[in-house]
Amino acid sequence: MNTSPQPLGSSTGLGPVDLVISPELVKIEPGVLSRLHAGLAERASREGVLDVAYRVVETPVGKLLLAATERGLVRVAYEREGHEAVLAVLAERLSPRILEAPSRLAEAARQVEEYFSGRRRAFDLPIDLSLSAGFRRTVLQHLSEIAYGHTESYAEVARAVGNPRAVRAVGTACATNPLPVVVPCHRVLRTDGSLGGYIGGLDAKSSLLRLEAVAA
Amino acid sequence: MDMKQPFEKLVVLYGATVLRVCRAVVGPAEAEDVWQETFVAALRAYPELPADANIEAWLVTIAHRKSLDTVRAVRRRAVPVSELPERPSDHGLPEADGEVDPIWLRVARLPDKQRQVLAYRYLADLPFNDIAAIVGGSPAAARRAASDGIKSLRATAVAAAEGESA
Repeated sequence: MNTSPQPLGSSTGLGPVDLVISPELVKIEPGVLSRLHAGLAERASREGVLDVAYRVVETPVGKLLLAATERGLVRVAYEREGHEAVLAVLAERLSPRILEAPSRLAEAARQVEEYFSGRRRAFDLPIDLSLSAGFRRTVLQHLSEIAYGHTESYAEVARAVGNPRAVRAVGTACATNPLPVVVPCHRVLRTDGSLGGYIGGLDAKSSLLRLEAVAA
Repeated sequence: MDMKQPFEKLVVLYGATVLRVCRAVVGPAEAEDVWQETFVAALRAYPELPADANIEAWLVTIAHRKSLDTVRAVRRRAVPVSELPERPSDHGLPEADGEVDPIWLRVARLPDKQRQVLAYRYLADLPFNDIAAIVGGSPAAARRAASDGIKSLRATAVAAAEGESA
């Protein structure tokens, strides 16, 4: 052990600090904090004080953030949206009681993985639409009715929700979909068949459409 | 605007510091339980925390309270006394366990208040004003406790070093 007597002898030097911050008092063995973190998430969940649980999953369109409240999946976010920024918005709009808690999202992660491997055509998950209200919410509810491998135009969606002139608002509803992939806004195209926009980027949108075209 | 960060960030930023503090105050054996209790309690209370609060001081305050609970419980198990004398804790260290570094034994032998003040000052880097608010008493008293603790640790370190070289 390296308790060199040199600074200890001096009564004016910085002896106190390097003595008290002895390496043995500071070092934390690898794995300890992640074990404690997992235990915390587990217990917080059990005691009902974890309002938003999240995990990040690897997919062919990049890392997806999956976040859930006790009611259900509340947010799916592409990497390009900035996961940190998305979590900050969730803290503000839902609750700051947020922890990475992979086990709370085990089922969602499994279904997302099945979807990307072409083995799942519809998601069967509790969904929490509390980040979306009014007309946008109505649009999202309709989107879930567009079948796997099919597409609709923004104008068709507007007609389907009973507001044929709200084509632009349908576009906004799709662009602000808090649950991309799971609520399939990627199945909405321009009337001329071109892609339109997508929260995950146009590459991601065409990847999903290609996946569904092949697997359908 | 209330810009409260996700609690996850607090665990990432302060988890290690809180663990170091817990280890110094209650000893390695009980530290993880105290850490757990601290963060569960903090998560529960987090929505009510003012947005401009000093988060580190707040977490250490909770850890301090949870440590007291644990130390009381450990002593209750060890010796059935009704009063809690101010004396060096048993620190929850397994006896004659060759794994425990001597620094822990030296820290464990410090009086409670000195050990707490040293942990909050040098492991959590809190100012004496905050420390006094946590442990009670004046900032000057906290500063004195820290300097007494340092002196006493220094003396035992010197004794240990001399013992090794003898």
